[in-house]
Amino acid sequence: MAMKKIALTQLEQLFAALSLTRKVYLPVEKAGQYDYAPWQPGLTYHPEVLHTVKSAKSVFFPQSEDLIRYKRAGLSLEISQQAPEDEEFVVFGVHACDVAGFEVLDRVFLSEPVDSYYKARREHGTVFSVMCAKPEETCFCGTFGIDAEAPGGDVQSWLADGVLYMEALTEKGEALLAAVSGIVSEVDDAGTQAAAETRAAHKAIMERLPLADLTTDGFGADAELLPLFNRPEWKELASSCLGCGTCTYVCPTCQCYDIREYNTGKEIRRFRVWDSCMYSDFTMMAAGTPRPDQMQRFRQRFMHKLKYYPDNYGGAFSCVGCGRCLQKCPISMNIVKVMRKLGGANHNDK
Amino acid sequence: MINDTLTPRLAVVTQIRTETPDVKTFRVESADGTPLFDHMPGQCAMLTLPGAGEAMFSITSSPTVGGYKEFSIKRCGRLTDALHAMEPGQQIGIRGPYGKPFPVDTEFRGKNLLFIAGGIGLAPLHSVIEYVRAHREAYGHIDILYGSRSAADLVDLDRIQNEWMQERDTGVYLTIDRPQDGWDGHVGFVPAYLKELAFKPDCTAIICGPPIMIKFVLAALIEMGFDKTQVYTTLELKMKCGVGKCGRCNIGSKFVCKDGPVFRCDEIDELPNEY
Amino acid sequence: MQRVSERVIARARELMREGTVNKVAGWKAGEFFYDCAPYVFESEESLKDLVYDRFCAANLSKYMIKNSVAAGAEGGKVLVLLKPCDTYSFNQLLTEHRIARENVYVLGVGCEGMCDIDRIREKGFKGITGVDENADGKTLTVHTLYGDGEVAIDDVLVNKCEFCKGKAHMIFDELISDNEDEGPRGDRFAGVRELEAMSPADRFAFWQSELSKCIRCNACRNACPACSCRKCVFDNDASGIASKANTDSFEEKMFHIIRAFHVAGRCTDCGECTRVCPQGIPLHLFNRKYIKDINEFYGEYAAGAEAGQRGPLINYTVDDIEPAAVSDKGGN
Repeated sequence: MAMKKIALTQLEQLFAALSLTRKVYLPVEKAGQYDYAPWQPGLTYHPEVLHTVKSAKSVFFPQSEDLIRYKRAGLSLEISQQAPEDEEFVVFGVHACDVAGFEVLDRVFLSEPVDSYYKARREHGTVFSVMCAKPEETCFCGTFGIDAEAPGGDVQSWLADGVLYMEALTEKGEALLAAVSGIVSEVDDAGTQAAAETRAAHKAIMERLPLADLTTDGFGADAELLPLFNRPEWKELASSCLGCGTCTYVCPTCQCYDIREYNTGKEIRRFRVWDSCMYSDFTMMAAGTPRPDQMQRFRQRFMHKLKYYPDNYGGAFSCVGCGRCLQKCPISMNIVKVMRKLGGANHNDK
Repeated sequence: MINDTLTPRLAVVTQIRTETPDVKTFRVESADGTPLFDHMPGQCAMLTLPGAGEAMFSITSSPTVGGYKEFSIKRCGRLTDALHAMEPGQQIGIRGPYGKPFPVDTEFRGKNLLFIAGGIGLAPLHSVIEYVRAHREAYGHIDILYGSRSAADLVDLDRIQNEWMQERDTGVYLTIDRPQDGWDGHVGFVPAYLKELAFKPDCTAIICGPPIMIKFVLAALIEMGFDKTQVYTTLELKMKCGVGKCGRCNIGSKFVCKDGPVFRCDEIDELPNEY
Repeated sequence: MQRVSERVIARARELMREGTVNKVAGWKAGEFFYDCAPYVFESEESLKDLVYDRFCAANLSKYMIKNSVAAGAEGGKVLVLLKPCDTYSFNQLLTEHRIARENVYVLGVGCEGMCDIDRIREKGFKGITGVDENADGKTLTVHTLYGDGEVAIDDVLVNKCEFCKGKAHMIFDELISDNEDEGPRGDRFAGVRELEAMSPADRFAFWQSELSKCIRCNACRNACPACSCRKCVFDNDASGIASKANTDSFEEKMFHIIRAFHVAGRCTDCGECTRVCPQGIPLHLFNRKYIKDINEFYGEYAAGAEAGQRGPLINYTVDDIEPAAVSDKGGN
């Protein structure tokens, strides 16, 4: 399908048109911070904002969601399952890293047995990606083979001189652009050229990023598990970890969850919430926990991303280099420092 | 309505037997009369008592019995307290089966089998032993070594004495930790009794019990000439989803809920020491 | 800050070399110029990575709970670098018997205010690769992937430094500082007064907007030196109120307000809660409200000003304000 375009100043009209047939999620400011939220008249897209605090995963895998309702009366029990999402929606403004994050979650939630709540949202959701405007020094998506200039999803787009150039990549994406054909316009050769130039300029920046030299050497499915697990450096890497869940909750690929209950007095709701392997009670059983120290919990998180996940999912890593944890960890410990310390020989010089 | 893997089926507790002061066996059947699910020995299921929570329990009964599933459960926390307080007729939720079973139809076939259990650890082995008894001709000699804190803590003692001890080509050895009045059987810890009994390493050993017992039993077996490839055990970690997605029961790249709970001991050696 | 920095690092090395201490709790250089991490150095050689600069905002006091006990068990002593505001937390932890004082060597370090990389980003700088402190001592030159710029230090201070409590250390074994104590910087209760002046509805809306951003990561609690319970009630499954996410807005308020009440009278206003919050929630305003109330009800009180002092909330006197004053004051 040919490329389409729309002026940045007309984006609100695009959102308004899309919202006639579906919900539109985009990064929305709330008390100084951006997170994905439904579009309302008056809201527009801010390309200068690189990251939402929580990644776009929250649209497909919300921090908290009801699964089942129970009613108990005497010996009897009634079980009713929460209906999965059935409304169409589009999530606008996702960058390449977060789009790749969806793929990381897909491998977990869409493999057998399929998670029907996640699957329903994936089926009803259309991903409208935008190439990031100005990568930060904390960005390292390239380390994981992500092409930031081709952000992917169902529709991908590029901003150049106040114009958004977009192209559909899937049937869903084509349907979405068809639904707004009255608002978007065709792109001539000059436009195609402008889109190509903005991509090229972006690529030049990506190559200059301070973390451009970071590689996955020493990790992944081919790395030996036990030697990596037993590296003595885990102790110093984890020594200051506060055991909070910030890295987990801002991460686009962390997918661990807890299932809990809430008794409303009338019924018992079973809901799912994000959980963090950094928390002391994550593996706590009546008989104790196999990870009593923060070092073990810290190691679990990074081994999962760099070794266990690749082992289980064909070598793919469970990190997309978005850099949120670099920006948000209260003590500035993060996956890059772990990779520098434990990675292939060339990393250890740094 | 989509039936999500996390949604339990409605079931009813049709029978509750008190095994020991802190162990009860619950018989669970579907609420609508249709079979619950097929399972193999060693597999587990999630039991839900809304308000108290949900947890994974090994299925104690053999697949060779009728449509019901039995669970021998020790009281040790909030949910198990609530389960113990149930009356027959209580409706609960159940989902499963989960996990990899013991290789009863493959590696175990034709072999001599040595079962070693401690306390409530008999529960997962119970289904294997009953399965083996139901297909007795397919296996060689059987020895069962079972120990617990006291005589009162031996689970399913009636069946052990009236059925297992009468089974052909089967040795049953019971022990309790400390001497007590009215007990004229063996006294001592399971690993020590195991060495005393000096089984020949011509069999496949299947261990289940408290982690500390497993550790010493395994060491004793190695001392007795067993190879780790001849020894199977089960591991237990906290679980929420049962299907390898919630992320908490992993040991290295393995999830106990779907890659376990049954492991051959040489496989465990390849895992990080985090269980 | 360069001069103090060099002296601090040199002295830490010296104390390690001469055996006064066998560990040094400081800040370890990171991947970038601003991402140093709290770290306990265990050898003189490892001290090559010790930094003390404008980005060492993290308060190291809480780390002394674990490390002072560990140092004692190993028969050694741990040196800790404390900025003036950090010493209040250290003292408060001493008051609460959470630190083994005899195993700690406090090296008080002068501070001219810490910079917040997030606030530099908020000024519109992207892809920041370095900063230089200019000769005027008031501005930073910011280097980025997209060009250089300048920013006033005052505009990018860490929130807690905007209302610095003063340059004086409340406790130290040795001091390296060039700063004269000029007392507090600005009126730290101004923000509280603004909230007090709001109508209840507006104030509710303010907090609802802020707290609904909370992701329950627990960073505020885990960084807080006053939150030193071995097991937090919110982590205790058996408490019935353990939670990992906001199931509704009620929950958000409960968590933060309960936490603020629990640290009332013990909070030294070290500002770590606000500094670490990934959502930029001004959590310190809760604590400052209680500090302000305590000051007004019981007379000026600074938790952590000295070790061993008895806080007004746990010290009954006949002159104490009547409880009715709270309800008279509350509501509006």
